[in-house]
Amino acid sequence: MSTPLLAKLENVGLRFRQRVILHDVSLEVYPQSILTLIGPNGAGKSTILKVLLGLQKPDSGTVWRMPGLRVGYVPQKFHLDHLLPLTVERFIGLKLRRHDSAAVRQCAVGTGVEGLLEQPVQSLSGGELQRVLLARALLHEPQLLVLDEPGQGVDVTGLSELYQLINRLKQEHGYGVLMVSHDLHLVMAAADQVLCLNQHICCSGRPEAVSRHPEYLRLFGDLRTAGLAVYTHHHDHQHDMHGCIVPLSDTKGQTHG
Amino acid sequence: MDDFIWRALLAGLAVVLMSGWLGVFLLWRRMAYFGDTLSHSALLGVALGLMTGTNLNLWVMLICVMVALLMLYVQHNPALGSDTLLGIIGHSALALGTVALTFLPNIRVDLMAYLFGDILAVTWFDVALTWGLALLLMAVMARVWRPLLALSVHAELAQVEGVKVWQVSASYMLLIALMVTVAMKVVGVLLLTALLIIPAATARRFARTPERMALLAIVLGVLALMLGMVISLQLDTPTGPSIVVAASFLFVLVQWLPQRSG
Repeated sequence: MSTPLLAKLENVGLRFRQRVILHDVSLEVYPQSILTLIGPNGAGKSTILKVLLGLQKPDSGTVWRMPGLRVGYVPQKFHLDHLLPLTVERFIGLKLRRHDSAAVRQCAVGTGVEGLLEQPVQSLSGGELQRVLLARALLHEPQLLVLDEPGQGVDVTGLSELYQLINRLKQEHGYGVLMVSHDLHLVMAAADQVLCLNQHICCSGRPEAVSRHPEYLRLFGDLRTAGLAVYTHHHDHQHDMHGCIVPLSDTKGQTHG
Repeated sequence: MDDFIWRALLAGLAVVLMSGWLGVFLLWRRMAYFGDTLSHSALLGVALGLMTGTNLNLWVMLICVMVALLMLYVQHNPALGSDTLLGIIGHSALALGTVALTFLPNIRVDLMAYLFGDILAVTWFDVALTWGLALLLMAVMARVWRPLLALSVHAELAQVEGVKVWQVSASYMLLIALMVTVAMKVVGVLLLTALLIIPAATARRFARTPERMALLAIVLGVLALMLGMVISLQLDTPTGPSIVVAASFLFVLVQWLPQRSG
């Protein structure tokens, strides 16, 4: 094999009080590749991430991670208690054994949150919080990014930028990315490999192939005909990471919904 | 000043030093109920110590450490982890201890001293023990501060990033158990949690970093201790409750001050 494997699941099964959460799930994560999990609520997407990260033990099957694998994780639900005074800078740096302002700043610049470093974590908006979480995941040069719905709370314009950012990080640093996402049309644009999950793996493959698969169409319907797939319109401006209006760049060609 | 006041002040200072470092985490981790359970069960240790006629401190420590480990198990098994179960453990131990004390035939037991503390009765040995434990606590806290903070912010994130969740949680719980052993003499088992959470909650208003919040909690704890002792000596009121009244007074007082942090 030419590319080294970062992590894999083999025939993983999990039950919770007689209810099947996962059945016979296998997957492999490679460097410089985005693997996206999609599926309805309760399909077990977050659980798969937790099994892969070692946070949850499966009932059957095996979990393998490359020895010494460095992981950056963005959890699905993050809420910081109001009673804990913590600045964004300290929050991102918590990952390090010894605080390193320069490294923290560098990661914050990478996700466009360097202006928020002095702010208390509790004052962040949903979209800002996701970028801060991503910055923390990027600290300490991870080999694998595990992102559980990185787009939650991010507005539509910010969303496509966020996925572009993840894509760019993958290309620049060669990270392997395993993520859960609900933003179907963006997933289809940004992923190398899509895994459609409903307790078991319904279908998988390149985004174009998955979006035509009968199992996928049964779960999500046909985005092209259902009218879910968003009306397409052109913007005469776009918003940068801070929500400021910036001129539309030609290369990005913002045509989104 | 009389000797007993010095002893009380010295023991009190060491206890406040411990409660400052531990109390902030009790708030951040929403574990106030754990503090109650642990301190209530100390009375069972007292009863066992008096019944067997052996060292009281050791029994209290033993019971508190056992309850701490039991709670740790409960915490890591979400199916069991409910306030109900904690309430059952803590109150059962408190009731059992109280009932057991009445069965002691020959010893006159001052139950109030255990329930509400008797800081003016501490011995030089108590002072030495309290400071010894306070130094031990600070040494351990210096080691676990960062991982414990990461854990309080988000346990799973910390675990993925390499924090040994179980070990860090266990050391924290054991430190509370040790603190209960000596703090019991200052404020008693019923009001012990107040000493942990009220100065910490008061400090939140002025703190922008976790470390400053802990240091401020200690400063406020010292203020409450001194104020409480003055009230107690002047008005001849029970000292433990007076200290807690002073801490509560400070908490209410700062709510009127302008807020500096977000």
